[in-house]
Amino acid sequence: MKKINLLVNTMAFGTMGFLYLPLMAVAFFSVNNTKYGLSWKGFTLDWYIKLFHNEVILQAAWNTLVLAVVSTLISTALGTALAIGMDRFPWPKKMNTALDLILHLPVIIPDIILAAALVVAFGFLRQVSSLFEPGLFSMIIGHITFQVAFVALVVRSRLISIGKDIEEAARDLYASTSYLLWKITLPLLMPGIIAGAMLAFTLSLDDFVISFFTAGPESVTLPLFIFAAVRRVVTPQIHALSTLVLFVTIILVFVMERFTRKLNTK
Amino acid sequence: MNRLIIWYGELLTQKKLIKRGALFLTPGMLWLMIFLVLPGLILILVSFAGRGAYGELVWDFGLANYKRLAGYGIFGWTADYIVILLRSVWVAFVTTGLAVVLSYPLCFFIARKPERSRYMWLMMVIIPFWTNMVIRTYSWFLILAPELPFAKLAACFKIISPGMGLYPSAFAVYLGMISMFLPFVALPLFSSVERMDWTLVEAAQDLYSSNIRIFMHAILPQTLPGLSVGVILTFVPAMGMFVVPDLLGGAKYMLVGNLIQQQFGASRDWAFGAAISMGLMVLTMFSLYLYRRKNKGMDLL
Repeated sequence: MKKINLLVNTMAFGTMGFLYLPLMAVAFFSVNNTKYGLSWKGFTLDWYIKLFHNEVILQAAWNTLVLAVVSTLISTALGTALAIGMDRFPWPKKMNTALDLILHLPVIIPDIILAAALVVAFGFLRQVSSLFEPGLFSMIIGHITFQVAFVALVVRSRLISIGKDIEEAARDLYASTSYLLWKITLPLLMPGIIAGAMLAFTLSLDDFVISFFTAGPESVTLPLFIFAAVRRVVTPQIHALSTLVLFVTIILVFVMERFTRKLNTK
Repeated sequence: MNRLIIWYGELLTQKKLIKRGALFLTPGMLWLMIFLVLPGLILILVSFAGRGAYGELVWDFGLANYKRLAGYGIFGWTADYIVILLRSVWVAFVTTGLAVVLSYPLCFFIARKPERSRYMWLMMVIIPFWTNMVIRTYSWFLILAPELPFAKLAACFKIISPGMGLYPSAFAVYLGMISMFLPFVALPLFSSVERMDWTLVEAAQDLYSSNIRIFMHAILPQTLPGLSVGVILTFVPAMGMFVVPDLLGGAKYMLVGNLIQQQFGASRDWAFGAAISMGLMVLTMFSLYLYRRKNKGMDLL
């Protein structure tokens, strides 16, 4: 048994190293005072400072943020309504199964297929309106499409866990439909909605494939910028940018975890 | 339809209730119909179309794209596309398998930590899960670079010639894929391991069962729900992955994801790209079906 314990511990540490060694290397070389090569030439924060004077990177960061915020707002509204519509009404069983299937589609299809489908569909829509040219608008639509499903799934699980008793009591006390929705259901649902929105936001920041297929030349996001840059040449500036992105990710993950943890203990 | 019903303590007609329900459903469902279901159907249609001289779609319905995918071209039959398709299945399979093998010890390790530090270790797995995949992939450039000890070691053993990096190569693709998807297996698996009943393992040990039997009969059945989620979460995106093979494999180790991306990018052959996507879809669904069937057999054990 002792032998197995030792084996488990070594493997676990090895796996952690395997996950973190590359990321730590990026952070390490982001403060290396040389433009080329991987030999240590002393500590510097120059690459970080230069980052904030680089117009292209600032624009990419702005695009990433706009994309994430707009798509999250719209997908949260759509997903929440969808979850309420699915859970709180007496639909026939067949319809429930069909709705469930559609909702799970973005979760089980490889994202490259969703991206390919969107490229083709936008190709047709372009003949109707020039809005569907590759660019930020197309990207927002693409992101909302996969976010809606995730938001709806999260909100629906919250709807199921809060149950119907309180809403029924409100009805018994003559609450009108809009009163019920705004003063009872939505406030009770708020933690689920926020959790869903945070998930959608992180998914959007994290996405590469959908953005890659639908982006235009003016709408480069940070992941797209990093991808294009490392395909040419890897510079310390890219390391610095990646380290910052990693840092933001860590903060977001902590906020998200804190929140869902609080939600579950309540 | 005009029957009166009581729903949630409210007395109303069925028609009115359904109208209100539709009001909630319509915006979201309409969106998913227009931008998910419809594009999917169009993609299927387009896969039967052809490519014009300037990369535009030509509506001559036929199986030409599928024939091309099966290897029949103007120059006779080649196995190129089939090799790439099968290779993608193989890479996804190996990635999932090794990620599972590495995840079990990791989950046991975390589950045995005291509550406070367990949370911290778990966060250590969640952070890579949410880190952007482009960053996680290109970070291997550094580890595998010719200047660093790993490549020098490999050069010592004559695996690669000195002064070369360990990428692009098949090895780098596997490395990148496994590290990419490991958290996708480990996190769902952990939710099962955390709730595991360890007394069953102890009972098996008391009865002198071998380690393999302990795993197969006391651990695996208990952790199967989490494991299944993890396997699906890994296998499906691994099949369609194109960032890792693009950056770490180069032209040396193409997967079906790269093939699709090429058709929508440089080659501008949407119809063929759609046909490959259909191939990927069928392969993914078929693999999941096999997995589910095999799992049913496992339940009988």
